Parts: sequence; C-alpha cells; structure tokens
Amino acid sequence: MSLTATAKAGPRSPAGTGPGPDDGRAAALRRTWRKASPYAYIAPFFTLFLAFGLFPLLYTAFVSLYRVELQTSGEMEWRGIANYTALFTDEYFWTSLRNTFTIGVLSTVPQLAMALGLAHLLNYKLRGRTFIRTAILLPYATSVAAATLVFAQLFGKDFGLINYVIGLVGFDPVDWQTGTVASQIAVSSIVIWRWTGYNALIYLAGMQSIPHELYEAAEMDGASRWRQFVHVTLPGLRPTIVFTVIISTIGATQLFGEPLLFEGSISGGISHQYQTLGLYMYEQGWGFFHLGRAAAIAWVMFVLIVVLVGANALIARRRARKEAGR
Amino acid sequence: MPIARAAKRATARLGAVVLAGALLAACGSSDSSDSSDSAGGKVTLNVDLFGSFGFKEAGLYEEYQKLNPNITIKQSDTQDEADYWKSLQTRLAGGGGLADVQGVEVGRIASVTQQQSDKFQDLKEFGADKLKGEFAEAKWSAATTKDGKILGLGTDVGPEAMCYRTDLFKEAGLPTDREELASRWATWDGYLELGKEYKKKAPAKSAWLDSVGSLYGIMIGQEKERYYDASGELIYDKNPAVKEAWDTSVEAAEAGLSAKLDQWSPQWNQAFAAGSFATIPCPAWMLGYIKGQAGDGGQGKWDIAKLPGGAGNWGGSYLSIPRAAEHKEEAYKLIEWLTAPEQQAKVFQKQGNFPSSTGAIETIADAEDEYFSGAPIGQIFGDAAKESPVQVLGVHDQNVMQQITNALSEVERKGVSSDKAWGTAKKGVDNVIG
Repeated sequence: MSLTATAKAGPRSPAGTGPGPDDGRAAALRRTWRKASPYAYIAPFFTLFLAFGLFPLLYTAFVSLYRVELQTSGEMEWRGIANYTALFTDEYFWTSLRNTFTIGVLSTVPQLAMALGLAHLLNYKLRGRTFIRTAILLPYATSVAAATLVFAQLFGKDFGLINYVIGLVGFDPVDWQTGTVASQIAVSSIVIWRWTGYNALIYLAGMQSIPHELYEAAEMDGASRWRQFVHVTLPGLRPTIVFTVIISTIGATQLFGEPLLFEGSISGGISHQYQTLGLYMYEQGWGFFHLGRAAAIAWVMFVLIVVLVGANALIARRRARKEAGR
Repeated sequence: MPIARAAKRATARLGAVVLAGALLAACGSSDSSDSSDSAGGKVTLNVDLFGSFGFKEAGLYEEYQKLNPNITIKQSDTQDEADYWKSLQTRLAGGGGLADVQGVEVGRIASVTQQQSDKFQDLKEFGADKLKGEFAEAKWSAATTKDGKILGLGTDVGPEAMCYRTDLFKEAGLPTDREELASRWATWDGYLELGKEYKKKAPAKSAWLDSVGSLYGIMIGQEKERYYDASGELIYDKNPAVKEAWDTSVEAAEAGLSAKLDQWSPQWNQAFAAGSFATIPCPAWMLGYIKGQAGDGGQGKWDIAKLPGGAGNWGGSYLSIPRAAEHKEEAYKLIEWLTAPEQQAKVFQKQGNFPSSTGAIETIADAEDEYFSGAPIGQIFGDAAKESPVQVLGVHDQNVMQQITNALSEVERKGVSSDKAWGTAKKGVDNVIG
C-alpha cells in the first residue's frame, strides 16, 4: 500500500499541486515572466531616457525651427532652417567653434599624455601606491565651480599667484583674462588639472590587464623602462586610449563650466576670446533669451559630436585592421 | 498573445509609476521650499533679490516680523543682477519656483511692463494707486503699463556722484576738498585733466579710475534719451549723447587713466581695498558696495563730491509680485511697508541706497556719512536726484549697455581702436536683439 502510495506520489510536483488545468497556466505565466522580466527591469531607465533624454532632444529640434524668446515663450514664430543658416554668417559662432577646437586640443593632448605617463609610473611598485592612486583622483572629485574660482584667483592679473611667480623670474605680468592665447591656456589648465588623474586611473586599469610576463620578458631582454612603455604598454593599451580620446573629445566639445566661471562672463571674455560652443549656446539662450537660436546651436553641437566620435572610431578601426593585416 | 500584451501593459504601468514618482518628487521639493504653515495662520514670505537692497542690513525684516508675528520673511539674493534676471526669467517661463516678492532693476522694468505684464501682479488690485503721490513721478510711471497696471513699487533710485580716495589724492599732491574738486571737475574735460595730473605723481600701482565701463555708465546716466527714443525705437547708434560718452571713455582709456578692471569681477572687488584706483563714479547704491569691499580699513579714506558734467541717475529698483506667487496679499502688505518713506530712509542711513519716495527724501536732507569722511550725502545725492533727467527706458536697455561696455573694455585692455571697438559693440547689440 505504502509502496504504491509513494510510487504514486513520486511523479507529483514537490509543491504538491495536482496536474489540474491550473498547472499549464502557471507554467506559461512563469515562462512569459522569464521572457518579459528583463524588459521590466530595464524599463525604469528607458522611461527616464524617453522623458528626459529623447523627448528634450526632439523637442529641441522642434524649437530650433522657430523664433522663441524666453520672455514671451508663448509666441512662437516659424523660421524654418533660418536659425541654422544664420549661424553660418555669425562671426561669434565661428569664433566659438574655433575656440572649442583650440581649447580642446590645448587641454586634451597634454592631459592624455600626462595621464599616460602618470599611469605608467603608478604601475610600478611604489610605496604608498594606494594613497597616491586615490590622491590623483582628488581633483576630479572637486566641483568645477570651486576649482575654477580658485584658478581664476591664481590667474589674476594684479594679485594672482602665477603672475607673482612670473614676476620673481623677471618677466612682465600676463593678462590671463584678456589675451586670446593666454586665456585659452588658463582655461585649459583647469581642464587638465581636473581630468588628468581620472584618465590616469583608466589607463592604469588598462595596464593591469597587460600580462606581467611581457614586462618580465622585456626586462630580461634588457629593455629600458621607456622601451617597455613604447613596445609593451602602448600597444596593449590601444583600446583604452581610443576610449579616453572619445570621452575627452565629447567632454571638450561640451566644455562649459570652466570658461563660464573663469571670469564670470557669459561672452567668454570681452572679445569672446575663450567662448566655447557650449557657452555661446548659453549666452544665446539665457543671456539674450533667444531659445530658438540656442536650440539650433545645441543641435549643431550634437551633430558635431556624433561626427567627431564617428571619425575617431573609424580611424581606430582602420588602424586596428591595418595592424591585423600586418 | 494576451500575455505579451499584459506584459507590455505592465511595463507601461511601471514606467508611468516611475515617471509619476519623479514628478511628485519634483513637486514635493518645490512645495516644501516655499512652505506655508497655514495651520497656525503663519505665513512664510520669500523675498528674492539681487545686489544689496539693504533691507536685512537695516533690520527691516526683524522689525516687520515683530509688527506681524504671523509672518516670517526669508530672503535669498544673487550678487550679480544679470544672473538674477536670467534665473527669474527661466522661472517665469516655467511658472514655478517664484518667490512672493521679486526685485526688478530699473533697466529691466520696461521689459516687465511691455513684455510680461501678464506674468506680474497688478498692484492696483490691492490699492496701490493711492500711493502714487508718495513717489517721484518718473519712478512711478516707469512701472505702470500703458493700460494703467501698476507692476512694481519703487525702492531706491541712483542719483550720481563721484567717490574718491583722499589719501591717494594727497600723495599725488591733488586737493582733497570736495567743494574745490567739484569746481575743478565741473566738466568731464576737467575730470580727465585732473586725472592726467594725478597720473604724473600717482602712488605706485594706482590708476585714476577703476574702469572706463563705470565712466561710460555714469555719463550715460546723465542723459534723458540713451538707447531708445520715446517711441520705443532703438537709436543708440545715432544718439550723439551715446557717442559723447563713448568718446570720453575712449579718451580716458587711451590716456591710460584706468586700472583696466572689469566691473563686478573678483579683481575689481579686490581693488577697492588695495587702492588700485583713486576715483570711482558712484551712484548712491554704490556706497554700500564700497563699504562692503573696502572694509573697515577704508573708513575715513573715502570722500564724495559732485559729479562732473551735471546730475544723472544710474539704476534703482522695484519690488514686484509674480502672478504665480503663493501669498500675494501678504506680499503686497510687506512691499508697501518696505517702500514706505520711513523704511526707505532707514535703508539710506544704513546702506546709502537713495529713496525714491518723496517723503523720505525730505527727512534725510542733512544726512552725513562717517565712512566717507562725513560727506553730506543727503545733500549731494538729494540735489542730484532733483536735477537728474527723466529717462526713456527700453526693453533691452541693460543688454545694450553690456555690449557697449564690453567693447569699451577692448579699447581699455587690448588697445583696440575706437572705430573697431564700436563695430564690435554694434555687432554685439544686433546679436542681442536677434
């Protein structure tokens, strides 16, 4: 009796529910949940993205076709692509585009080069390595506003520390706010200060994935640290470098806080000498309240970033393919 | 596939909940910031201002709260008016986050009356029209729309004078008596001449003037018509008065009389205490600013004389109530009290902001200021206020001014030629007007 009973009970499900009509439905429900649940889990991101990412993007495109003033934002006047075509004859637009490029180069190139060097040094066994690694990230943790205000003081014309030091060496003080090159260097230095450590840590992470045996082998072959860097570190780090270049390009194209706070001028200095695209957009939108024109600039910036990143990726891929073919 | 549809619906519902949550959070935070404990009949009034209106400094909020125990006043302020105006415009466009009382600079009042009369409360509804006789005529009419809405009550006006450092004058061998100086610089030419004399024997690292921007600003304040004519047309590039102020400023820049500072910049602020300049054109509201920047060390080193070239007005403000404000009626009672003669007089005594209420002007006629070597500020600024012209105001006054002073800085700091810089100014104005 008991034997048959256990035998009978055996095939039953552990939960003890009989193979009734309910069983099929629960299984189906479980199956669909398994299929649908990933969507539910990612839904919060995409809902937020739709509301605060995609919608503003499209709405900006819509606004950029109108003449809209913040003070009278209820009245929209159709302008078609006139907001865009006006940019091509707008001297300040070209100035800010050029400034964005020069400040971008002035800040990105030394920044990445220094980060690479720093990371290479940190990759060796140093005393207090963890402390140093954390310390180089500190500038990144500082707020742009605080950092820029300090730098603005350092670069002051009459009472700035930098001009004081320059004076000790015997040079004339530099008007860091007014000169085109001088002001761009000053703004770039804030960017460099803030982001070098951040990039160095990314490089460091990349370097740690390079097998240590390669360094040992190179050392046994009598390669100096510099040659190790050139022949082992750099090739192994290529994907990481491409990543940082792309991130820095995006950052440089959107540069805004540093030039805005450097002198507190929305025009980027008296002759727009360090006005970036982001700042020009802000000046049009929130200085002069031309929302339509600001929206057009925003879209031009967006397209510009897409093109730049695309170009970066293309170059990187072509180089990779060339290397593979070798 | 009913189940797939259910899943889709569930996703949508989840999304809606998340979104609603985010929105609620947004509303919640704005609710709590302008809290009103209506339970106990207590009301918190938010007052949002720029620069220094001097209400807090003169102890007016405390006094008002004592008189009205159910009211608590919270003030927030922004130093730079341009930043303040930006954020106010953004909030007006969005319709949220507005304070119960918002300050408006006189350079913006035309924008309020001509473009945004639907966004500000008509104070006539609270009986403001009975106050008309208490204010200077020009002050009152500037805040009144064509159809008679009253959109703001006047706080201060900006009668102009010249502030100077007696210690630096002494070192350079110039007279320090305010009467004598007033007669030496009766005209702007006289002022520039004296500046050249100063430059010859000036103490090291000290210029005659802080920036040509403030020179331009104070000169343009002496004019009735500036950037717009009475019909509202933009005339700045044809106006001989603008040209004259421009030319004088260029002359000062080219003669190397200015310290090449940018007004409102940190460098400018530091220069007040450091003695980088000997004179600064000063509307009445600048007195409080000088005291703040030059600090106690400047006590007695400063003095005030009559302005070269006649009386003028630069700046001055209003208190307005946005339509979206939460406690409009209480806010009106507060601004009526704050702009009443007694209170305006108190602000003047403490901060130097010159009253726009005629009653207050009478009571302060013999006021003197210890900080400024006992200068008779009541008389100097009172005379200037009486004689200054009634100015024509336009929608973009403040922005046009900004573009012109920017271009002047190019002459001053980069040695750009006057013609080229004027071209920049015109381009800048076109850009602003859009």
